[in-house]
Amino acid sequence: MSGHVGIVIVSHSPDVARGAAEMVRQMVGPEVPLGWCGGAPGGGLGTSVEAILEAIGRAWSPAGVAILFDLGGAGTNSEMAVEMLPPERQARVAICNAPVVEGAVVAAVEAAGGAPLAQVRAAAEALAA
Amino acid sequence: MAWRRGRGQFKFAAAVWFIAAVRGLCVPGMIGKAGQERAGRGVRVQMDAAVRRRLIRAVAEAEIAHAEELTALDQAIGDGDHGINMQRGCAAVLADLDRIAALDLPPALHAVGLALVTKVGGASGPLFGTLFMQLGKTLPAQPTLAEATAALAAAIEAVKARGRSDVGAKTMLDVLVPVLDALRVGGDDLRTRLPAAADAACAATAPMQARRGRAAFLGARSIGHVDPGARSVAVMVRALCEA
Repeated sequence: MSGHVGIVIVSHSPDVARGAAEMVRQMVGPEVPLGWCGGAPGGGLGTSVEAILEAIGRAWSPAGVAILFDLGGAGTNSEMAVEMLPPERQARVAICNAPVVEGAVVAAVEAAGGAPLAQVRAAAEALAA
Repeated sequence: MAWRRGRGQFKFAAAVWFIAAVRGLCVPGMIGKAGQERAGRGVRVQMDAAVRRRLIRAVAEAEIAHAEELTALDQAIGDGDHGINMQRGCAAVLADLDRIAALDLPPALHAVGLALVTKVGGASGPLFGTLFMQLGKTLPAQPTLAEATAALAAAIEAVKARGRSDVGAKTMLDVLVPVLDALRVGGDDLRTRLPAAADAACAATAPMQARRGRAAFLGARSIGHVDPGARSVAVMVRALCEA
């Protein structure tokens, strides 16, 4: 069982999400659970609530999950996905207001160091300050 | 930060389905021609499966028919996917129409909202979905006009919360709220006044500067274009009232 916060990357573009995930993996090892998704339900640019839920599931950790997203709809759809989680999980997800690539890398580094969810989120959001 | 202003994009369709739901609640028994003499805020509309099917189909098909226009509007000030996204969401609703129309009004509205949430692919999905799911939570199966009006008001509040926006930001709310105002006035001619109010409110978004959604990135350059989400709502209102 992992005590590390998981990282979820949500982009309108599957290529961006995959690339950001690669950059995270370059920085941290498998101890940090990682999930990513990108693209609309039928393909093309956009985000899918169902895909976000699956990514959260892949990155799930008892320590919680931090979500990084790129633009408007990705954030709104992430909020929707979180509200569809079981109540006991909802409180352990943080949607971070941070640039998606840099935020994911910084959050993952914090998570790899064993930081709790609030600290992981704060590190990512400091980039937007 | 400027780069984050697009969060909670409002341009889309929550308004549309919201109005569709209202129309479903108060038409035809309340504001339809046949029901005019009995129209009143205390009259319960008999919503059967045929009425639900007709109204849901009218809204979805109208939105699909306007997909190119909506996309063109969105290409001017947004990311150009509004029409395509709405088309995908509405197609999902139509594909499930037999099951949805057979449900009582509250679960039917929830099902419509869920289809939009999961299939639209943009911020309009959660906004539209929130609108419908909130209506499903608030409305009884056979609502009165007064109950429908109150439910619409509650659903608009839910959309405002979801998008962290309000009127004046060049969004679908700029049509939804005027339509609610017209609905509150009531009267026998709602079927003509609601679309007229929606069209006028839609046109009035052109001189606004966008403060939510992708269009907000454009700043003053968003001025002079009708908001695609506002237009989407107007399309839906007319479809509902003419169904």
